[in-house]
Amino acid sequence: MQAKVSVRRFNPDEEQPKPYDQQYDIEVEEHFTVLDALIKVREEVDGSLALRCSCRAAICGSCAMRVNGHAVLACKARVSQHLSDDGEVRVEPAGNQPVIKDLVVDLEPFWNKVRAVEPYLQPSLPEPEAEYLAPNEVMLHLVDVMGCIMCGACVSDCTVLEVDPNFLGPAALAKAYRFVADTRDEEDSKRLGLYNGYGGIWDCTRCGECVAACPKGVAPMDRIMALREKAIESGTPPGGYDGAAYGYRHAEAFEEIVSHKGRLEETMLVVKTLGMFNLPKMLGMLPVGLNAMFHRKMPSPFAPTVPGVNQIRRLAARIKMNKDGAAR
Amino acid sequence: MRYAFFPGCVSRGGAPELYQSTIAVAGRIGIELEEIEGWSCTGAGALQESNPLLGDTLNARNFALAQRMGLSIMTICSTCQGVMAQARVRLEDEEYRAQINELLAEEDLEYTGGIQVKHMLWIMVEDIGLDHIKSLAVKSLDGVFLAPFYGCYIVRPSAALEYDAYPQRKIALELVIEALGATAVDNDGKTRCCGFPILTINERNSLAMVAKHTGEAQDLGADAMVTPCPLCHLNLDGFQSKAARQVGRQINVPILHLPQLIGAALGLDGPALGLNRHIVSSFDVALKMGLRV
Ligand code: SF4
Ligand code: SF4
Ligand code: FES
Repeated sequence: MQAKVSVRRFNPDEEQPKPYDQQYDIEVEEHFTVLDALIKVREEVDGSLALRCSCRAAICGSCAMRVNGHAVLACKARVSQHLSDDGEVRVEPAGNQPVIKDLVVDLEPFWNKVRAVEPYLQPSLPEPEAEYLAPNEVMLHLVDVMGCIMCGACVSDCTVLEVDPNFLGPAALAKAYRFVADTRDEEDSKRLGLYNGYGGIWDCTRCGECVAACPKGVAPMDRIMALREKAIESGTPPGGYDGAAYGYRHAEAFEEIVSHKGRLEETMLVVKTLGMFNLPKMLGMLPVGLNAMFHRKMPSPFAPTVPGVNQIRRLAARIKMNKDGAAR
Repeated sequence: MRYAFFPGCVSRGGAPELYQSTIAVAGRIGIELEEIEGWSCTGAGALQESNPLLGDTLNARNFALAQRMGLSIMTICSTCQGVMAQARVRLEDEEYRAQINELLAEEDLEYTGGIQVKHMLWIMVEDIGLDHIKSLAVKSLDGVFLAPFYGCYIVRPSAALEYDAYPQRKIALELVIEALGATAVDNDGKTRCCGFPILTINERNSLAMVAKHTGEAQDLGADAMVTPCPLCHLNLDGFQSKAARQVGRQINVPILHLPQLIGAALGLDGPALGLNRHIVSSFDVALKMGLRV
């Protein structure tokens, strides 16, 4: 089978380095992975192509890159499944990370963020005589999170990192969850306080890209949501970052409005989230609000109540009661 | 074709023109909509953050109400579609469903599993058929360039959305755009996040996303963007000028709801489709589509 492998290249040693695309037409076997194809290019066509790989078995995490616009492990993605109708496959370096050369990106920022979440167990003292013990059940659901191979595929596709490099990102925050959920770790409240900061759990948009990109089922977004829930439930103060305070209030206001009205009312949500007396913020929203009103977009505050709303209120109350009871 | 209609909070709130255009278009293409009486919010993923059980319970309740009508559900919001699809997967677990049904029993409701939930976009491609829509179109949108913008929840996670069984879902918007004679403008942002969920949390980042996507569509020569998600619409339309100011450039791209696009080809006029209710003016694109504005 013929394949046109189109590679986004970058050579820092050129006089005015800038990325460009180069196409290699090669013969591939049905079982070829994208990595197989790239290695074939490097060995038979163009020895200057730079890429990173090691295990070739989706274990080491070194070959994450974008294939047809989405991050994958090159050693796990089959060429045949990514060929377009005219037999092309597009390969680019992983996103949101500085490119060193061709398909090799600089993982320094990645590791710095992983380090920033304190990715090690912080158990209580005094030390036990043998190892710290954890019951099997509480560790079992962490198996997927611990399966992270630090490949950075999730980071490559994260939509927040695209606009804000300060965001800790999916891999580091999934790692953070791993320690908060570990019963041997005693520093939950310190950790949650730390993760509440700018660039932490509240900055995620819940876009799901990281879940789609992760080759190991880590589901970073779900872990970030679990951290938010833990932060709220444990009563950890939002701390110095405004975004966290808005995040807490947004989650609470959303639940409150839906529990009471059955449906969401955006205006009320915005007011409750930002705070009625938060003048600078409210003024910032005002032009949009007025404009919306002018275009007859604002719902009437006298909208009829939802039929069955009493039942919804009862459901919400019962669930809340059970939840509070369980928490106690 | 009859559906249990789930309009979602936003089409009954901040994007009333979506509701209006849906109703106008449905009648023309032979979709009978029976609104689910007493439907509630799906939780939009936000409620699931603080209270997942309440989220699933409310969805199960909506499903049960639709089942009582004996109909499949039609949504008009990518977020509702995604949240319902995910809840639907979790509710296939019998033990979990029984636990939730216990709560619903008070209202004499029971969800027995297996409900179909389809976005209007998918219904166009899978149930109505593009040929049929084409045959109803009174004009071709030839020469109009439209950038599709899906909204996260109708794209991910693809398993819950059954992309394997329905591979056209991946390109459904492009299919509809092209079927109506317009040109789909491929853009990198089309399956990315519009930034709405963090609008109140980190406005700067949210606006940066709006600017990125609308700016890209404009640079690619799109006359408008088309979205099946009213939340994307709220952000891309309502906050576009603020976003443009933040990045210091001019951006002016009208954002159309899916049924507005279909309605335009079916010969409905601007006011009937609520095109006059957008913040970024749709005047130019409406003229280009040959609509009375
Ligand atoms: S869900 Fe959050 S962490 Fe994951 S890719 Fe989206 S923004 Fe990034
Ligand atoms: S979470 Fe998944 S995608 Fe991200 S680094 Fe770990 S294994 Fe790779
Ligand atoms: S080479 Fe090790 S994960 Fe691909």
